[in-house]
Amino acid sequence: MTTYIIRRVIQSMLVLVMVTMIVFLVMRLLPGDPIYMLITEDDLIQSSEEKIAALRHEFGLDKPIPVQYINWFSAAVCGDLGVSIIHRGKVAKEIIGRLPITLHIGLLAFIISIVVGIPLGVVSAVRRGRWLDTGVTLLANLGITIPVFWLGILMIYFFALYLGILPVQGYTSPFEDFWMSTRKIIMPVFCLSVFPIASAARQTRSSMLEIMRQDYIRTAWAKGLRERLIIVRHALKNALIPVVTLKGLMFRNIIGGSVLVETVFNIPGMGRLAVDGVISHDYAIVQGIVLLIATVVLVVNLVVDLSYGWLDPRIRYG
Amino acid sequence: MQRTDMTETPLHASEFRRIMKVLFSRGVVVFGIVVILALFVTAIFAPWIAPYDPYKLDLNQTLVQPCKEHLLGTDALGRDTLSRIIFGTRTSLMVGVVAVCIAASVGMTMGLIAGYFGRWVHAIIMRFIDALMAFPVILLALVIAVLLGGGLRNVMIALGIGLLPAYARLMCGQVLSVKENDYFLAGRAMGAGNLRIMFRHVVPNCFPPLIVLITMMMGLTILAEAGLSFLGIGIEPPGAAWGAMVNDGYQYLLTHPILSFAPGFAIMLVVFSFNMVGDGLRDALDPRLRGVL
Amino acid sequence: MPVLLEVKNLKTYFKVYHGLVKAVDDISYHIKKKEIVGLVGESGCGKSVSQLSVLQLIPTPPGEIVAGQIIFEGQDLLQFEANGDEMRSIRGGGIAMVFQEPMTSLNPVLTIGRQLTEGLELHLGMDVNEARNRAIELLSMVGIPDADKRIDDYPHQFSGGMRQRVMIAMALSCNPKIIIADEPTTALDVTTQAQLLELMTDLVSRFNASLVIVTHNLGVIARYAQRLYVMYAGRIVESGTAKEIFGNPRHPYTIALLNCVPRLDEEEGRKLVPIEGMPPNLLNMPITCAFKPRCPYHIERCGQDPWPDLKLIEGQHYVRCYVET
Repeated sequence: MTTYIIRRVIQSMLVLVMVTMIVFLVMRLLPGDPIYMLITEDDLIQSSEEKIAALRHEFGLDKPIPVQYINWFSAAVCGDLGVSIIHRGKVAKEIIGRLPITLHIGLLAFIISIVVGIPLGVVSAVRRGRWLDTGVTLLANLGITIPVFWLGILMIYFFALYLGILPVQGYTSPFEDFWMSTRKIIMPVFCLSVFPIASAARQTRSSMLEIMRQDYIRTAWAKGLRERLIIVRHALKNALIPVVTLKGLMFRNIIGGSVLVETVFNIPGMGRLAVDGVISHDYAIVQGIVLLIATVVLVVNLVVDLSYGWLDPRIRYG
Repeated sequence: MQRTDMTETPLHASEFRRIMKVLFSRGVVVFGIVVILALFVTAIFAPWIAPYDPYKLDLNQTLVQPCKEHLLGTDALGRDTLSRIIFGTRTSLMVGVVAVCIAASVGMTMGLIAGYFGRWVHAIIMRFIDALMAFPVILLALVIAVLLGGGLRNVMIALGIGLLPAYARLMCGQVLSVKENDYFLAGRAMGAGNLRIMFRHVVPNCFPPLIVLITMMMGLTILAEAGLSFLGIGIEPPGAAWGAMVNDGYQYLLTHPILSFAPGFAIMLVVFSFNMVGDGLRDALDPRLRGVL
Repeated sequence: MPVLLEVKNLKTYFKVYHGLVKAVDDISYHIKKKEIVGLVGESGCGKSVSQLSVLQLIPTPPGEIVAGQIIFEGQDLLQFEANGDEMRSIRGGGIAMVFQEPMTSLNPVLTIGRQLTEGLELHLGMDVNEARNRAIELLSMVGIPDADKRIDDYPHQFSGGMRQRVMIAMALSCNPKIIIADEPTTALDVTTQAQLLELMTDLVSRFNASLVIVTHNLGVIARYAQRLYVMYAGRIVESGTAKEIFGNPRHPYTIALLNCVPRLDEEEGRKLVPIEGMPPNLLNMPITCAFKPRCPYHIERCGQDPWPDLKLIEGQHYVRCYVET
């Protein structure tokens, strides 16, 4: 188990380095002057050629790319991600302020998708071909289909505008006003969790059906065990192994979806910040967010992968 | 070598019939096939099908509620919603097809190289793929949009890059499993070129999962494109894209919900169809892929 | 000896895409108390399906037990609901099974101990400690060293032969009257095969149980089985005591099977003769004898009339053939 953990941690570090390289190279090598990350466009227009050259030199942008990367990387590790032009402040500070909002909604959606999606898949597999299965399957197929931003708009129309039972938009911190906060995040969390619930249910269902055909399940039947015991003790743990892999990916998609959901519900999270950054050509903000989100996703994936060890003794003792 | 017989299953006529029968045995799959065919027809013949010019402004006819002349009403600039949805099929399909082509060709090449050379080449490429998978596709597209500008071409490139890991992994897995097989070793022993063996065995094996993956990815790609155009990235005005239409209509949600609802429904219908046909193809071509794809 | 299990006219069919597979087509056999019976045939002849049918372990759909009676201790098991309480108390408790693939028949995510004790808790009502102690006892009985430590190991930490020993311990654990061993040694190497068969027959007699060995290898059971049933294409083609069948094989298929088994007690230089042709495709079979295409003795009648009935040769020896060999 220890070797497995160490190997996975090292692997994640390598991937993280790869992530930083991708972000760095994309920002530097694609057209678009990285000087924009350091000064605003207005300043740039007003500045003389020499002044810009001096700035380039000052920030090391005239050095070879690998050197630039190392400088940039060590700055990023220390939390220095540059200066945002629209927010007139350090990017890191701006992002850290928004991160809890996105995580509040995203993690809730993630947890709900596990707690709801997996049991739905199990029930659907066990009642294969019955109306319950047909219903769950249809809902799951719709769930992986519906555009999250559109679902948000439908919900706003129905619950906020038509029925008037939920606030339309916005975000309130749960520490400020827990009740209001909860009322405001119901719709965003629901929207974000629909896709992961549906795909978890689909994956669990097909994984369960596959496991129920295995020889060791036949052995369990031959012992005279009850169906429920066979499902819970013998099948579920095995069936969850592929689902766990999927859940790691799902977290990435939830964060991606939060870009849209935060836009629809006007939530001042990281996703919204990223979109604003794109619209106002704020390179530094976008770069910082992408880097941070990739890191968070990698950490979540690592945790998810480590839970393999709990599920699969072949890894625990491998 | 007996085993080659099992892996190289040529598509016999009866096999083809069986696949067709399985494929057409489920209602939703047939529904999906019909919708996809209709989608292609609509995209190709859009100018003939659409009742109005989707770009023509008519300031006397702004925000018309659904009626006989305008089945789905008109938007704030007096453009016919139905016509714009019909022209939107072109955007969705084009982005879907091109992005999937980019993802499949680049991804499969990377997977092939990784699997074929193994060792550190494999390690580097697959870690790169892992890194790519840490980025939400939509954020990756945002980054590319901020650097290259938001045009449709860049959206296709961005989505192509964002979706290539699945193809790379599929290909790499296939190559690795072929390399472990007896016939590969036997072929080498008999002096056949590695690459030749690789192509002879990998390509036919890849075919079923590839078709399934492409179909399923079409749905995802169209969904992602819709999300991007909802955020204002992608097609430039006055071009018609469903996601952008949903966003445009959002402002008039209280009075004209149809402006948001209709294009969103179109997205859902198309994505649903691709997903269902993907499922159907998977079950028909290779049920073992269930749970993998 | 009284008859313990009697199977009468059992038919198990599978509905598949291309048509109907009559995997088991009207077979009857019986097992007496403390008897060791062999069921022999090529893979795909329906011998495993017939055994799974006894415990109603056929996956439905596509499989279905269409007709027949399976009488165990005076009760027709087919009257019980497939996963109902009565059927479940027979499974493991009255009739236990050892499956072919030791590598896949144990659950990879549960310890050996857990997989052994759950049966004990269920059928014998033991508490956790009793069950654990009994499980350790059973493991040492089947020859697993350090059973008290290995009980907490997972299947992947055992070799194939060791796993099959665990399967045997599991089958014996609830003192069943009959153990059905479905190709118990096929997946193992030859020396392990012999050890395991020796162990199994030995333990079965100590537990006063009967044993059904399902195999495609006549050599495997020659030493152990008291009676044999030879199956071909879903039917029993010959049955009798081991002595009758090995001494005087009458069905051309049995003869062919015997010709491809190497024997130690024979004159040197005998050629092993493989059976010509392929095993029959069970899909949409003709009503005539299914062995006819491969049969060197076949006569005109074999291709015209339906399968003959089993006819008595002598003693308990029955054969299903028109040809007098």
